[in-house]
Amino acid sequence: MSFPYLLRRTLLYMAALAFALWVIIPVILIGISAFTPRQELYQWPRSIIPSYFSLETMRFFLGAHGVVRSLLNSVEVALLTLAFTLAVGAPAGYAVARFLFRGREAFRLGVLITRMFPTALLAVPLATTFIRWGLYDTLVGVALIHTAMALPFAVIITTSIFMGVSKELEEAAMTLGCSRLGAFVRVALPLALPGLAAAAMFTFVVSWNEVFAAAILTVHNRTLPAHIITTIQASPLDFRFAGGFFMILPALLFMFLIRRYLFHMWGGATAER
Amino acid sequence: MNERLRKLLGTDTLLPYWLLLPTLIFIGIFFLMPLFKAIGLAFHGDAGFTLDYFKKMVSDVRFFDALKFTFLYTITIVPLNVITALAMALVINTGFRGSRFLLYIYALPLGISDLAAGLIWLSIFTHRGFLNSALYSLGIIEHPIHYLSYQHINYTFLSVVAAEHWRATAIVLVNLVAGLQMISKDYLEAAEVLGARGWKKIWYVTLPLLKPSLQAALIIRTIFALQTFAVVLALAGQITPVLAGEAYFWQFLYRDSHIASAYAVLLMAISIAMTWVYLRYLRSRTEVIRG
Repeated sequence: MSFPYLLRRTLLYMAALAFALWVIIPVILIGISAFTPRQELYQWPRSIIPSYFSLETMRFFLGAHGVVRSLLNSVEVALLTLAFTLAVGAPAGYAVARFLFRGREAFRLGVLITRMFPTALLAVPLATTFIRWGLYDTLVGVALIHTAMALPFAVIITTSIFMGVSKELEEAAMTLGCSRLGAFVRVALPLALPGLAAAAMFTFVVSWNEVFAAAILTVHNRTLPAHIITTIQASPLDFRFAGGFFMILPALLFMFLIRRYLFHMWGGATAER
Repeated sequence: MNERLRKLLGTDTLLPYWLLLPTLIFIGIFFLMPLFKAIGLAFHGDAGFTLDYFKKMVSDVRFFDALKFTFLYTITIVPLNVITALAMALVINTGFRGSRFLLYIYALPLGISDLAAGLIWLSIFTHRGFLNSALYSLGIIEHPIHYLSYQHINYTFLSVVAAEHWRATAIVLVNLVAGLQMISKDYLEAAEVLGARGWKKIWYVTLPLLKPSLQAALIIRTIFALQTFAVVLALAGQITPVLAGEAYFWQFLYRDSHIASAYAVLLMAISIAMTWVYLRYLRSRTEVIRG
């Protein structure tokens, strides 16, 4: 191998490593912050690695007023969102993947366009609508708007998942006597299940992370991000660091679990057309 | 296709529409209705059509700052996202051992919200944060610098840029990697046969073929960058106001849905305008290349 080749390879590996460090280091730093003893966070000069790690900051965060409740609210809203989104979006994804019908492309375009709606444009008017419908400051209300935000993704993702399940298998089942529903439940669904599970986790993360609508549509029943953002100006640094760390934990876990499906989720919109 | 099968599939011409119905209803209630309602709230007062809310929005002391910073953030962050993501995608695309694993690392920020990203970078840029600590231990500074303060508005701006650059590059990256995988190896082999090497191959073959992915990523990123909100609030507070933040404050603190809607409608209008510009500008470029 020639010298320029070796040089190029070395540069390539160095670039690859540099990017990896750039992504990883901030995550490690918030981890360090969340386990640094409180008084050391405010010291000057402050050493980057604390003299010892402690659970004090995390305990303070979890013990702070409203945190545990907002945490449970977040989980409930995310689970509701997940259920609503799959129930509404998966059939549409299946239809787009399986059938050629008039208006199919218009529908896909319409779904893509809904991604362009600013959250403010949905949340602000819905606040007044929700008051009338009795959904204001309820977890179901927040879950519904999260569903609206996750729905375009869910349709796109499930479309690409069902496209990956061979149509011939379903047709074979039907020629062997299955009804269309039977063929779907016995053949397509089991094959699509891992992908659908990944889509569900992705939806969970979308809801778990959403701030704007959750903050605007609630007063008492806040989700964790809504609780953090509405109290951010008044809360001490250690509270914010612990909050940041807590918010990224499930997201990192899910991202790891669904890594094989990343392209269905994010690349899908462009990869298909 | 045999006759029995065609019959089976032919009978359910209405089925796809039934399957789409829940999504269409949802889009109607949660996208179209709020859209019209927001326009109504922004333009309709007690005495019919009015521009009062827009006048009040524009005359607010923070309005022009919010407009300015929203644009500044967008035109700084989005190109940084795209350029970095492109570099990362090209590195991944060389397909060396371990590149798949690295891709997962690179994609990690996908699961991180802008609020969490803001808090992560707060731990770096805050008064007694990691940046000041590092500079002190290197002997560069004696006293901590207040990066996030009105005295250092440029540093504050750059902190938000750093956080969003870090977080949102992953979104562009997966789009581009997906786009790169779609490019047929034939083109690259043909280019090699014709003598293109290294950078030339990337510049003349890969990049033009990647254009649809780049365009889609650019549009989506721009639309979301215009809505930047939580990360700004986490790092900069009110030092650099942004449009989405103003919508939030008008709704949440001042309880004025009319002004908040005016901001929301303005954001939507800017998003549409930017998308139109991208589609027009990038399309004409493709035609130039084809011609």
